[in-house]
Amino acid sequence: SSGVFSGLVLSYLWSRRFYIIYIYNKYWWSLHRTGFHLIPRLSSIVPESCLLITVGLLVGGLIKLAGEKVPPVLDSKLFFLCLLPPIILDAGYFLPIRPFMENLGTILMFAVVGTLWNAFFVGGLLYAVCQMQSAPSDLLNLELLPCLLFGSVVSAVDPVAVLAVFEEIHINELLHILVFGESLLNDAVTVVLYHLFDEYSSVGTVTVVDAVLGVLCFLVVAVGGVLVGAIYGILAAFTSRFTSHTRVIEPLFVFVYSYMAYLSAEMFHLSGIMALIACGAVMRPYVEANISHKSHTTIKYFLKMWSSVSETLIFIFLGVATVDGDHSWNWTFVTVTVILCLVARIIGVVGLTFIINKFRIVKLTTKDQFIIAYGGLRGAIAFSLGYLLDNDRYPMRRMFLTAIITVVFFTVFVQGMTIKPLVELLAVKKKQEAKRSINEEIHTQFLDHLLTGIEDICGHYGHHHWKDKLNRFNKKYIKKCLIAGERSREPQLIAFYHKMEMKQAIELVESGGGVKLPPSVPSTVSMQNIQPKKPPPVERALPQIPKGREDEIRKILRGNLQKTRQRLRSYNRHTLVADPFEDGWSDLLLKKSKMIELEKKITEMNNYLTVPAAPPDSPTITRARLSSGGRETDLKAAESPVLTPCPPPDPQTYQMKQMSDSVPTIQVDLASPQSPDSLSLLDELQRADQRRELRRRPPPDEEEGGLMMRPPQARGGDQGEEGGPSAKEQRLQRCLSDPGPSAEDDEDEPFLS
Amino acid sequence: MGASQTRTEDVFQELSDKTGFSLEQIRILHKRFRQLSGEEDTISKENLEKIQALDKNPIRNQIIEAFFDKRNQNDGEVGSSREIGFQQFVKVMCHFKPPTLKMTTEDKEAMRREKLRFLFNMHDTDNDGTITLDEYRKVVEELLSKSGAIGLEAAKAIADAAMLEVASINVPHMEPHEFYEGITFEHFEQILKGLEMESRMNIRFLDVDTSTMHCGKSQ
Repeated sequence: SSGVFSGLVLSYLWSRRFYIIYIYNKYWWSLHRTGFHLIPRLSSIVPESCLLITVGLLVGGLIKLAGEKVPPVLDSKLFFLCLLPPIILDAGYFLPIRPFMENLGTILMFAVVGTLWNAFFVGGLLYAVCQMQSAPSDLLNLELLPCLLFGSVVSAVDPVAVLAVFEEIHINELLHILVFGESLLNDAVTVVLYHLFDEYSSVGTVTVVDAVLGVLCFLVVAVGGVLVGAIYGILAAFTSRFTSHTRVIEPLFVFVYSYMAYLSAEMFHLSGIMALIACGAVMRPYVEANISHKSHTTIKYFLKMWSSVSETLIFIFLGVATVDGDHSWNWTFVTVTVILCLVARIIGVVGLTFIINKFRIVKLTTKDQFIIAYGGLRGAIAFSLGYLLDNDRYPMRRMFLTAIITVVFFTVFVQGMTIKPLVELLAVKKKQEAKRSINEEIHTQFLDHLLTGIEDICGHYGHHHWKDKLNRFNKKYIKKCLIAGERSREPQLIAFYHKMEMKQAIELVESGGGVKLPPSVPSTVSMQNIQPKKPPPVERALPQIPKGREDEIRKILRGNLQKTRQRLRSYNRHTLVADPFEDGWSDLLLKKSKMIELEKKITEMNNYLTVPAAPPDSPTITRARLSSGGRETDLKAAESPVLTPCPPPDPQTYQMKQMSDSVPTIQVDLASPQSPDSLSLLDELQRADQRRELRRRPPPDEEEGGLMMRPPQARGGDQGEEGGPSAKEQRLQRCLSDPGPSAEDDEDEPFLS
Repeated sequence: MGASQTRTEDVFQELSDKTGFSLEQIRILHKRFRQLSGEEDTISKENLEKIQALDKNPIRNQIIEAFFDKRNQNDGEVGSSREIGFQQFVKVMCHFKPPTLKMTTEDKEAMRREKLRFLFNMHDTDNDGTITLDEYRKVVEELLSKSGAIGLEAAKAIADAAMLEVASINVPHMEPHEFYEGITFEHFEQILKGLEMESRMNIRFLDVDTSTMHCGKSQ
């Protein structure tokens, strides 16, 4: 019966939860609209987190007015199991690894030593202040250990609040990663301190042995959390290696493994946040090399969506819990807490920076220190941890909660709102908005090797040396295990280049296939501007294809591309799963780029268009093959009847892959002479050559030429005529498909001389 | 013996004032210099090529060449020396010093330009003041050389794309017949603006002599 009862209670609470959300939804939009309508500049002054808390306050107030009982929405279970993980996973998966690792020492110092300092300073001084109170005060009953516990709860910088505020101020990468990294890594410290003080306050005393055990505990919690996360991350990476046939569920693996890492860590009282960060950061490079482009987009958008929703809910629930909460206001306690938090933070940051700067290559300036200190926001984690406190053991729990909420409100509202103008005022360096370019990537790699080399010449094993060693180990062993197929051997530079190429190609196709300029290529510079000019060939009668032809040719090309796409578009889940478009995309791109290149090449390579004789065992000229060494572009006749010769290179198209200098192969397959396009194009080529021919010798008799294998000479009559199917074309058709009686005589002569 | 020691100390002091290294750093560098040169007064390319750790470095030759490049000495001379002395050695190392806290924005700009100049000289092997497409291609090829046989194709394509990008950023509107000669130093500065060289192109110079504390050989 107790089971049934708890079930009922749970479902009541659960239904109430939806009521809250319903109320929030109903009023949120109207509040939002009216608020923003009345004060249009509100959003630029007030960070969104403040706004959300205010809304929460209003909603809570409304519910109270309505006489309903507000359910404990910021229930710690809901918070730690549902609301927090998406935000942390989002942060961990998209963590910029390079700046994080480069500043890891600094971040760890701030996270570990800084938080310890804060906890002891606040807790200790608070106890002292409480002891100094005159007799009738409740505060005298407060012992040291609960104070220290309170100190540890309230001193942790909160990642949710930091993310919410820092996202809007766009400061430079270094400061962002320092504060944010600290907020993530101090979870281990908080967890350990919290449990330690919780345990010890029941015992009452702490010995040195206990302190040492505490340190050990911290190491286990931190390292254990990271290990658990890393193991799950590697598992996820390994799984993604085999998902090439089940692309739709790839994102699921990422989410499931990450959440399991979090749950496992929490289960063993290890640091769940660190596990989640480690999992996301470890799996990302390998998973991204394995999964499809669509899965990558899915993961990105789902993570952003979930973390957005969570963040919104957290702040709103914070507001609601404030209104509803059981408060016990004590002026001394609360004000002293707020002041001590600020002071502790400032002293901590300044003191630590002094020590850290001795070890950093690029030192932290005073401005940096100020931003780091000012960015130490507290948030919902502190509140939830306070909420978890047992009411019996801590009679001052309500007072603690009130104080925590005050600190949170103070930091989020006051510091959150003023940090943006302060950043402007102090002219702190902002984030570089520039897109990653291939030049930067080349030089980043170059610098890495250069600095490693210089370190080797100097003779000491520095930061770069170990990084280089790790990279080589990664490339040699780990990538082979975790990345599927050829990509395991792909150097990073080439992977980056392919990614950029893909992005540009997608933009190009989306913008109409090269007719319009894609927005990322706003200049008219193209490959021909940077290629050194070849010396002009001796005979330079470049046949120009008239404009109409050019468009027709381009239409055919585009039609081929679209035909391939259409063929592959399917809404059946099963064909979607084995999506050849996804995997064949890069091949398609390759083909397209080759086609464009070949167009260009043909104009320049006109002289080389001599055709070797048809092989003696194929007397017919059903298939005319113009080949001139080098590579083959295999285009099946049925799908794409012919490869065009040259429109003049279009300066507007972004030339993707430059061909090698060897003259490319063009296979012109006339197996389907029915297609008028194919013939008219071959027609052009012949006409071009024919014009050249004509300048050299007079045209022979038309009748004779028609049956011979020199169609150019047969067409002597119609020089400038735009082709439509005509008698001459049909003759050509016939000529090509039907060997004719006099074919044998001219077998050995080239088809087009 | 005593006289020559004070003379070396004076030399060190002078170097320290000129380059901004501390006396202790100069002493350690000198010790390393002697180790590399085999107790001689100058080092040649062969001395540097003997360093084992450099073998795995794909741009090993460019790095060694940079030490002997006269352009990096800022004397106005060009060409390549066969041997360099300790002063030149320190001068090259100077390019890798980090910015100090007391530097103004102008100082940082100057430092950035100096570091970029060093990189530019490494790429511009024929010293004509521009990095041509061939030179850039060579750079990318060298970078990819130790990464396995993906092939010259990829290197060429990447270099071409990079060159195209430089041209598009710096000279956005070119007629089809115009030819972009090569990357000048100004263009080079422009494209690498986002990387903030003064914070990146640094190594830690030891203040304390740890060469006797290694457990393994660090030659």
